[in-house]
Amino acid sequence: MKILVAVKRVIDHAVRVRVKPDGSGVETANVRMSMNPFDKHAVEAAVQLVEAGAATEIVVVSIGPKQSTDVILTAMAMGGHRGILIETEARVETLAVAKLLRAVVAEEAPDLVLLGKQAVDDDSNQVGQMLAGLLDWPQATFASEITVVDGGLEVTREVDYGRATVSVPLPAIVTADLRLNEPRNAALPMVMKARSKPLAVRPVAEFGVDVTPRLTIEKVSPPAERPGGKLVGSADELIAALKGELSELEAL
Amino acid sequence: MTVLVLAEHDLGHLSPATARIVAAAEQLGTVDVLVAGHDVSGVAAEASEIAGVARVLVADSDALAALAPDALVGLLLPLSERYTHIVAAAAATGRDAIPRLAAKLDLMPVTDVIAIHGPGRFDRPIYAGNAIETVSSGQPKQLLTIRASAFRPAATGNAAPIEPLLPTVGTVTKFLADYRTEGDLPDLGTAQIVVAGGVSFGSAEKFALVADLAKALGAAVGATRAAVDAGYAPNDWQVGQTGKIVAPDLYIGIGVSGALQHLAGIQGAKKIIAINKDPEAPLMKIADYALVGDLFEIVPALIEALKR
Ligand SMILES: Cc1cc2nc3c(=O)[nH]c(=O)nc-3n(C[C@H](O)[C@H](O)[C@H](O)COP(=O)(O)OP(=O)(O)OC[C@H]3O[C@@H](n4cnc5c(N)ncnc54)[C@H](O)[C@@H]3O)c2cc1C
Ligand SMILES: Nc1ncnc2c1ncn2[C@@H]1O[C@H](COP(=O)(O)O)[C@@H](O)[C@H]1O
Repeated sequence: MKILVAVKRVIDHAVRVRVKPDGSGVETANVRMSMNPFDKHAVEAAVQLVEAGAATEIVVVSIGPKQSTDVILTAMAMGGHRGILIETEARVETLAVAKLLRAVVAEEAPDLVLLGKQAVDDDSNQVGQMLAGLLDWPQATFASEITVVDGGLEVTREVDYGRATVSVPLPAIVTADLRLNEPRNAALPMVMKARSKPLAVRPVAEFGVDVTPRLTIEKVSPPAERPGGKLVGSADELIAALKGELSELEAL
Repeated sequence: MTVLVLAEHDLGHLSPATARIVAAAEQLGTVDVLVAGHDVSGVAAEASEIAGVARVLVADSDALAALAPDALVGLLLPLSERYTHIVAAAAATGRDAIPRLAAKLDLMPVTDVIAIHGPGRFDRPIYAGNAIETVSSGQPKQLLTIRASAFRPAATGNAAPIEPLLPTVGTVTKFLADYRTEGDLPDLGTAQIVVAGGVSFGSAEKFALVADLAKALGAAVGATRAAVDAGYAPNDWQVGQTGKIVAPDLYIGIGVSGALQHLAGIQGAKKIIAINKDPEAPLMKIADYALVGDLFEIVPALIEALKR
């Protein structure tokens, strides 16, 4: 089995982002960037499939600026075999990302495409489903378990009521949730080795995909501030406050 | 403007989210509700009672039983021609289907809408709710998922006509099994009161204190990711960026630090109560009432007091 994994470079999940005063976006200067956390789980899942003998090759792809080679290198240090950077400085919407990934699928003919369930910058939760739609492949989103069974996959998905297990034939799209696995931290020798793995940097124009945004981002604003911050002195005081709130709710 | 709302339902009942999505969708135009599934006549009857619904379309088919996204999109594709907006709750079914449908229609969807400013102009949170993006779309059709918690429910008392469709859809996805959390607790996403616990409870047995307090309050139970990862709470209780979004009148967080990914799920809470031994925990900083102390002493005392 050949696996394609899509990884995105985003503002590190631990950074508290700040909205720019002019409302044009969030502050990105001197902010720590790293691989989207969900994508680490996708890479880990791919590596585990190779280790289990179920897959033979992992191709890692990212769309973004030149610095995105960092996250491709991280994925290759974890066990990815080759990397492709589709380089662009422009904002690329999810529909265009999905179309670019479709073009890579056409070149690489993978049996499985693994993605994160959502990118924690735009929190879109769209690309995997869109790629599945474009390819007319089955999709198993929000995966917390993946098992290979003769020619297909059994995937346990995290859904609103708990979990559901489905089976899909290959080729298929799977998006990773956080409970899928524990992503490994690549040891230094693996990081060094990743640098010698093939990484193709290709301009976005090569793919013949129209990446003009369809949506206009009019402005980005900070969320409403909470006044908050009232310490109560004792459990009794809290109980009184709680009972007060409850009777107010009843009055509604 | 004509809007098709995809109903959320489970175990033969309409989800309480749907009445909220209908109320939101009314801002966009005339609302039809689509009930897709297998043996869903009861769901359709519930949907027809929601005020503001013009028609309920019912697609009843074996292939739709598990709401597999390929089958659902097969159903929605031809229907979409008649509508300017196709809308679903930002819940498991809509999240799965709407982007897939959008790609097939060559459209950019807008997901997690929290405010509607016009037929093509919406607010959505980004960066775990630390910023709000206002987007506008000039596309011929809008495909949206909407956060139910951001809208008030539509009233009931309607009797909209119910029209069966004859779907001819198939799926390659086979449904094998589901794992449900037993219990009669209120729906987390639309509950008026939510009691949430963190990893500091230390075991599933002790996490039951959260459920006990919730029961005493008629509240839904929530959990942090850390508590779910540790196996103290089921995954469908997780609140936050990757869990459920709640907007109760009252949220009580116990031994919850208030990591930004958790706060992402409770921004809509009207009042927040926090109990934590660390006064510097981020949740304590934003709580309307914050009590410093040991949860193992405070929570039993709260339960006792509420019983009295
Ligand atoms: C991509 C991503 C997505 C995520 N999504 C989510 C999400 O959807 N939801 C979510 O919740 N998290 C999410 N997380 C995890 C999040 O970052 C935090 O790790 C998590 O919320 C912390 O859970 P916690 O408050 O239970 O644990 P901790 O942060 O460890 O806090 C425990 C708290 O309990 C207090 N405490 C300990 N003992 C006691 C006691 N005896 N009495 C009173 N207080 C006590 C401590 O002071 C502390 O404040 C996500 C993380 C990532 C990277
Ligand atoms: N620019 C990108 N480059 C590579 N993969 C991406 C990119 N954007 C999104 N993805 C993939 O799609 C998943 C879902 O992203 P999104 O739909 O944007 O929330 C991510 O977890 C990645 O696996």
